[in-house]
Amino acid sequence: MTLLTVLIPIALFLGLLGLGAFIWSLNSGQYEDLDGAAARILEDDED
Amino acid sequence: MTCCGGNIAADGAAGVSAAADFARAEELLHAGRERDDGTVEYVFSAPDIHCGACISSIERAIRPMHGIAYVRVNLSLRRVTVHLDPAATGPVEVAGALAALGFPARPVDLGDLDELERKRRDSELLKSLAVAGFASANIMLLSVSVWSGAEGATRDLFHLISALIAIPAVFYAGRVFFRSAWGALRNGRVNMDVPISLAISLATGMSLFEALTGGDKTYFEAATMLLFFLLIGRYLDQRMRERVRTAVVQLSRLSAKGANVLTDQGEMRYLPLDEIEPGMTVRVFAGDRLPVDGTVRSGLSDVDRSLVTGESLPVTAEKGTALEAGAMNLTGVLDIDVTNAADKSFLAEVQAMMEAAENGRGAYVRAADRAARLYAPFVHSLAAIAFVAWMVITGGDWHTSLYIAIALLIITCPCALGLAVPVVHVIGATRLFESGILMKDGAALERLAEANEAVFDKTGTLTTGTPTVTECAIERPGDISVARALAASSGHPASRALLTHLGNGAMARGSGIAEHPGLGVEGSFSGGRARLGRMAWVAGIAEKNGARDASGGLTFAVEGGPLLTITLGEHVRDGGAAAIGALQNAEIGTRIVSGDAAAQVARLADRLGVTEWHADQSPADKIARIEALRAQGRKVLFVGDGINDAPALAAGHVSMAPASGSDVGRTAADFVFTRDSLEAVTAARGIALRAQSLVRQNFALAFAYNVIAVPIAMAGMVTPLVAAIAMSASSIVVVLNSMRLTRGSPAPAANRPARRDRDGLAVGTGSMEAAE
Repeated sequence: MTLLTVLIPIALFLGLLGLGAFIWSLNSGQYEDLDGAAARILEDDED
Repeated sequence: MTCCGGNIAADGAAGVSAAADFARAEELLHAGRERDDGTVEYVFSAPDIHCGACISSIERAIRPMHGIAYVRVNLSLRRVTVHLDPAATGPVEVAGALAALGFPARPVDLGDLDELERKRRDSELLKSLAVAGFASANIMLLSVSVWSGAEGATRDLFHLISALIAIPAVFYAGRVFFRSAWGALRNGRVNMDVPISLAISLATGMSLFEALTGGDKTYFEAATMLLFFLLIGRYLDQRMRERVRTAVVQLSRLSAKGANVLTDQGEMRYLPLDEIEPGMTVRVFAGDRLPVDGTVRSGLSDVDRSLVTGESLPVTAEKGTALEAGAMNLTGVLDIDVTNAADKSFLAEVQAMMEAAENGRGAYVRAADRAARLYAPFVHSLAAIAFVAWMVITGGDWHTSLYIAIALLIITCPCALGLAVPVVHVIGATRLFESGILMKDGAALERLAEANEAVFDKTGTLTTGTPTVTECAIERPGDISVARALAASSGHPASRALLTHLGNGAMARGSGIAEHPGLGVEGSFSGGRARLGRMAWVAGIAEKNGARDASGGLTFAVEGGPLLTITLGEHVRDGGAAAIGALQNAEIGTRIVSGDAAAQVARLADRLGVTEWHADQSPADKIARIEALRAQGRKVLFVGDGINDAPALAAGHVSMAPASGSDVGRTAADFVFTRDSLEAVTAARGIALRAQSLVRQNFALAFAYNVIAVPIAMAGMVTPLVAAIAMSASSIVVVLNSMRLTRGSPAPAANRPARRDRDGLAVGTGSMEAAE
């Protein structure tokens, strides 16, 4: 039982981390141009 | 009918074109938005961007330009965002550089804060969705352990943790539904969000009570899962509208935000539209639309009023001619005395009529809300009956009775109903998109399926708005080559039609070919001078006693030769007859209501087999016709394109406009079709009918689900596990059924996209894919 007091916070923390990461990526505009992101990865930027 | 001056696309006196450029530059400058760091942000729409290489070539070319702080290409939206230092450079340079790279670009108006606002709400919905997903997944993990036998303190702990996750999640992610339900209740109405909000808040409230008092069943996972499913439907719906809006914005031209005002000193100043007052004089160049109403003070030109009044042929504008805002100046430069301020112009009047007409449509109740009106009282009274019955059975155990009543409300929460309609609409919109039809709103699909009367505008809708030659008296090969040379040097629609009619072939060499605005084209050839244009003017060089036909059509003559008339007719849109035939076979009444003259309307009606037609209709007449049909209980589908059609587009039960139409028409219409063929009307109707039958099936499925679920709930046999399985199963069944709309006959591929609208603006697949 005592294991639960460790495992549940870990599970929730990981879940919140994922949620936080998603909301961060949303706010920083990473979903603005999905097609462009796919194309840009193939660019070798010299500059 | 005349033939006339300056080739719009190419030349014109250098000074004039520089001044016109000046006006456009002023317009460009007004499209920007100042940022906090002092730079100005401009967004350009460049429909030709299509691959990764475009991104790097644009960014590499623009970034090193002087005064550019930031440049980024958005491939999904086909837009280029630029932040520039206004002291060092301007949007004109950027637009020029883009054009030089092969990406003609137009600025997107950032004053349109509405769009930004919408975007903000969109991402909020996505955040709500993420929060609901997180909460329901974690609560489900805890719930599964409770269902598989966790007991005592562990179970209570799990319930409390679930409560800690669920309560903030429901408050955050449920706001959309609570707000909408509250809004409806305050106005004394019931919509789908009322039973949804009630079920979610009751489930959360009761579960909280159970968790705090150590009860054995909580419904936190049901409440959050419900929210998650419903938010998926909401988000898809929102995205569909956003996508269509983007596509419609890409179609619309940056409308004139100002005009070139001539001052007393004869200078030209660019003033914003709201500062223009009656009595001022405004200069309008060839190729521009009139920003305000006015009468011509000086100048001579041909004016295309087809979008304004529905007249199919350009009229000659000379001193004293009264013109409406929105009319296109085709050939010469006009100085116009402003008669009405912009907010009292013809366009503003039309907009006011549109708003008045739209109120009628506001009474339409979406299918989902109609269902909710029956559904909500039904389940709520069932819950009350269950409560009373269990009070009697258990001899006054209010806790058990209330628990069962609330469980009934949770399990009958119209989760499937909430998804039944938006999923069908979203898939329907995607299907329409493939056929080149943009749908503004899901409810439009429901209304289109109900339409049983089709009213068409003529000019620009049943016809393409560009004239074609029906009869041509030019027969001698020598005359033909001269006429071809004259027609080729003019941009007037009549000249282009004649050129198409004469086809490719030899062109006589002439000298001094000049265009005379309002009159026609003249040039000297080996056989003498030749003129193509207005009859009275051409007759000046023709043989003196030749036959004079008073029809006033396009005429051609070589000096001293006979006067040859060319009759112009209208080009019927592809698929026009097929679409009308299909509608008539479906027993939908068809009629034509046009602002054009009776002769033209009668000829077209006859050709298409339409027996009921009305000519010379003003915008108010059109609305009156629609109102009269509505009074007879008919549901009118109105198809039109012009500014004069906009009120009728707003008044019809449902409306469609071609992408080539006026901005205001496109804004008013529920559907915009981007391909040339009028078969878009029947294609859209086909999809609407299938969507309607799928929505009905979904309602039937949801009803069948309730027939099973309600007795179980009333018997008090619902456990949180049963509720979770039943609700997710019913939602999945409804979504799978809706997916059937993706199958069926593919979109008609024969219709080629419309390449250009009348403003010469590229439309079609480019801008549509852009929105994808």
